[in-house]
Amino acid sequence: MEKDRRHPNRLGIWGWVGGGSWGPDRYLYTLHRITGLGLLAYFLVHVVVTSSRALGEGAWEASMARVSGPLFVLGEYLVFVAFAFHAINGLRLFFAELGWGIGKPIEPIYPYRTCLDDQRPWALGALLLIAVLVVVGALDFFVWH
Amino acid sequence: MRDQKLWTWHLAAGAIILFLLGLHMAIMHLDALLGIFNPAGGHPIDWANVVARGQSLAFTVTYILLLGAALFHGLYGLRNILFELDPAPPLKKALSWVLILVGVGLFIFGTWAAWVGHQVASLT
Repeated sequence: MEKDRRHPNRLGIWGWVGGGSWGPDRYLYTLHRITGLGLLAYFLVHVVVTSSRALGEGAWEASMARVSGPLFVLGEYLVFVAFAFHAINGLRLFFAELGWGIGKPIEPIYPYRTCLDDQRPWALGALLLIAVLVVVGALDFFVWH
Repeated sequence: MRDQKLWTWHLAAGAIILFLLGLHMAIMHLDALLGIFNPAGGHPIDWANVVARGQSLAFTVTYILLLGAALFHGLYGLRNILFELDPAPPLKKALSWVLILVGVGLFIFGTWAAWVGHQVASLT
């Protein structure tokens, strides 16, 4: 009989969104991963597309013409939104990783004061900043141009 | 220990990306608001603006630094996600090698494009 290699508590991709009663941080985590994968996919193509500038003006203009139009503008805006989220939420995670601003460790008794009093304000601040960038980006993409 | 080092590099690369990609996004996508590093006016991807930025050695160096940091950060992040799916050890090894080859290949290609682009811009 084949040995079960799976570890307990590993829910795979399903665990990103389901499998328990997750708090808001779990959904930030899920969005961080989705935006990260989206940005990576865009970036790999972006490196190839923008390399055409090495071949001169004609190649550059032809390359840019292939990725122009309203659909691409919308796509670029979504990349901008993904970047805004991934960058600001990533900064929050960076601070948390270094133990900055996450409160002192205390006994985890409901309603988890360090989570509510120290960590949640960071998350709300990050979301607010992301919202500002998303709105300013939308104005720059669709109104001011 | 090795994973701890790689994770530390992942965080360091994230900090570099935050600054350089933030600047790149501001130049390319907040141009109507900020209008920085687009001396010819018009759209940031107009050839005249591309040439103006390409003539700068500092821009060329930061493109290459951003390329390396973003490839490492992105592909190492993808590796972590794939490894969480708990593939068999030989598949883990194969995935690591594929991601290393993709990363190194794109880094060499992107560095070539940035450097030649700098030379093309300098001659324009």
